[in-house]
Amino acid sequence: MQNLPIYPEQASTIARDFDLFLFVLLGLSVFFLGLIVLLVVFFSIRYRAGSRVNRELKSPDNYKLEIFWTVVPTLLVLLLFGWSTKIYFNYFRVPENAQEIFVTGKQWMWKTQHLNGRREINELHVPVNTPIKLTMTSEDVIHSLFVPEFRVKKDVLPGTYSTLWFEATKTGVFNLFCAEYCGTEHALMKGNVYVMELPEYQRWLEEGNTGDIAMASSGEHLFNRMGCVVCHREGSGARGPALTGLFGSEVQLTGGETTVADEAYLRESIMNPKAHVVAGYTPLMPTFEGQLSQDDIAQLISYIKSLDDAGDPGSAS
Amino acid sequence: MSTQIAEADALPRPNYLNVKRSILSWLLTTDHKRIGILYLISITVFFLAGGLFAALIRIELLTPQADLVESDIYNRLFTLHGIIMIFFFLVPSIPAVLGNFLLPLMLGAKDLAFPRLNLLSWYLYWIGGVFAVVVLLQGGVDTGWTFYTPFSSFASNGNVVLAAAGGFVAGFSSILTGLNFIVTIHKMRAPGLTWFRLPLFVWAHYATSLIQVLATPVLGISLVLIMVERVWRVGIFDPTIGGDPVLFQHLFWFYSHPAVYIMILPGMGVVSEVITCFSRKRIFGYHMIAFSSLAIAILGFLVWGHHMFVSTQAMYTGIVFSILTMLVAIPSAIKVFNWTATLYKGQIYFEAPMLFVFGFLGLFTIGGLTGLFLGLLAADIHFHDTHFVVAHFHYVMVGGMVMAYLAGLHFWWPKMTGRMYNRQLAALAAILIFVGFNMTFFPQFILGALGMPRRYHVYNEEFQLLNVMSTAGAGVMGIGYLLPLIYMPLSLFVGKRAGANPWLAKGLEWTVPSPPTTYNFDHTPVVTEEPYAYDNRLHAAGMGQGE
Repeated sequence: MQNLPIYPEQASTIARDFDLFLFVLLGLSVFFLGLIVLLVVFFSIRYRAGSRVNRELKSPDNYKLEIFWTVVPTLLVLLLFGWSTKIYFNYFRVPENAQEIFVTGKQWMWKTQHLNGRREINELHVPVNTPIKLTMTSEDVIHSLFVPEFRVKKDVLPGTYSTLWFEATKTGVFNLFCAEYCGTEHALMKGNVYVMELPEYQRWLEEGNTGDIAMASSGEHLFNRMGCVVCHREGSGARGPALTGLFGSEVQLTGGETTVADEAYLRESIMNPKAHVVAGYTPLMPTFEGQLSQDDIAQLISYIKSLDDAGDPGSAS
Repeated sequence: MSTQIAEADALPRPNYLNVKRSILSWLLTTDHKRIGILYLISITVFFLAGGLFAALIRIELLTPQADLVESDIYNRLFTLHGIIMIFFFLVPSIPAVLGNFLLPLMLGAKDLAFPRLNLLSWYLYWIGGVFAVVVLLQGGVDTGWTFYTPFSSFASNGNVVLAAAGGFVAGFSSILTGLNFIVTIHKMRAPGLTWFRLPLFVWAHYATSLIQVLATPVLGISLVLIMVERVWRVGIFDPTIGGDPVLFQHLFWFYSHPAVYIMILPGMGVVSEVITCFSRKRIFGYHMIAFSSLAIAILGFLVWGHHMFVSTQAMYTGIVFSILTMLVAIPSAIKVFNWTATLYKGQIYFEAPMLFVFGFLGLFTIGGLTGLFLGLLAADIHFHDTHFVVAHFHYVMVGGMVMAYLAGLHFWWPKMTGRMYNRQLAALAAILIFVGFNMTFFPQFILGALGMPRRYHVYNEEFQLLNVMSTAGAGVMGIGYLLPLIYMPLSLFVGKRAGANPWLAKGLEWTVPSPPTTYNFDHTPVVTEEPYAYDNRLHAAGMGQGE
């Protein structure tokens, strides 16, 4: 209670763009507010009832003035819109080399899993100056992951993946909040983001990773155990499409549409296979709804992704 | 002003208040003025309830721990505060009280087009209200006023179905009122009262009514869908049974964004009436203000997606909603400029209604400008779901709408009751509310920027000082709100007689006695001049004195 903070630290690449934009917007707002307040106060004093001033009006209306104050604010807000949208694009432009971390929200905690298998609860360790991509889903209701110091926020939905990326520019400990009201202990669904130097992060990843297996390896194990491998094998005549090199590629669907095979698409194809069937295949695959946990799905997807790196599922991250 | 002196000496004639005195004559009345009074009493009751919940919320937020209430109770407090203040206070406030009372008077009509429908609206409002009370007695509801799925469809442990049913029924009250107003404005204008001679209060209500009729049914539909999903487990919003959780947000905001214009447009109408009277001047840019109300009503339907920039809606969807949101800001800006220009070369009187309007101008401008922060994609990502949103919303809805409502109530109170309230106390109330309001909600902008999420009763220690400031301000604001509850009823007994036109104002409502007779006009008036035909060179001697 001793000091009075008024603005959070700037700790990500996107926060820099955001803050510059915000301060310009704030400046313009203060200018317009000041203008209105000054005019109202000035008129109120000068034209208070009974004051001896000239009140002759040439005409009651002034169309030129009205057009002026319609056009100028319109142009201004359109400029602001353009600038803000440019920054907004960056929120969607996930860098190619972003390191992936899976996040699951549930009432009322955040669970995270790194590609090498290390898990955390209400904590998220990340390396500094490295783009991080969070692939997020919820086990129950809608949550929203929010890190004020990074100026990032994204809703976390049940039944699908959403993604959020950032690149921390400072080491330190930052707040991690759930921003979307999610029930009784919503206010306790928070934790910390620990931004560390890269070597320190790597040490951290390894030291705690005694029992855990890399996500992609767990995924491969599941892939075999659940029988996925029976249909999704390499070579012609397979009943399901081959998965090597699939992730991130464009997929031709039955019915002529195409889609990009991202996390959300892979997830849907496991849980609701008939929704978007790859062209040339019969919809034979059963749903795995209820048979796989959120962790299982994330591991399977990690495995499918790892098939891109020349079939070396062990080299996660 | 010789007619006024003559009237003061005349014996009090029967008016709408004293013509019949039984309780039943009130409960079965079809007089728009009596129904307005019924609404006034009803929304005041709900305002007090909503205010009590707000007070408990603010007290809980004094410390970072949960000490006054636990999580479940806190969640119920903000939910009921929102539901009651929005559906049972703000939405009906100006339209159902002042609109009901004044529209026929301003149009030169005997009543609204459908007087019995008007009474039905009030009963529907109360049936909805009883649902809300039952919800409260049954242990409350904890979904927030937004009822987001799938939380509300399977996870909430509150009385979601009852609360949704209450909102559903109250919605019909709003729809019927809107319908009644539209027909009345079209069909019942006095001879000579052309569209461009209408007071801007009427234009504002016309725009409001369009939204009420077109948007409220969608709220009804969304609430029914929640009930269907919750009771019969039909998969609509819950993904585990095949639904889409974000679909609800689209449906909900398709109503609830236009609904904020239902709440603010009538307030803008009041401001135009009050600011002209107390600057003794024609409104600056009548046509622009009238059309900007319609522009807000229409564009307001096309911006709902700006509540969903981080909801995983598609990137391009976000862009379209952002640019439309920028456009809807323009008509509001035009109005603020026009009101300010109206003061130029006027004769400005600092009566209580005008003080409330000054408060409105400052607070609504802040509310509008911070709306830009939330409508611009990049900025919203940080501010969304934080206290910044809470502050912005309250600046528009309380700083804007409640200030305008109080301005209107103080302006037309002498007309409604025939009595003048204590003007010094009223001025004090306006100042206390303005100061207290800023103390309460300005710190919340900073809290939001710092990242304090909304709907948190347990929070990080670094947020405490600002929360304490906010709670202190709420105390000041609370005193400001309690004052009118004392001096206004008191004026009924000790207030000076107001006379027909205490503010020397223009408009048909000021040509009839205060309080008006049951049928308003002895003869249908004929309108021959523009609205607001004030002469800014004349000193309005004796204003507000009463008789």
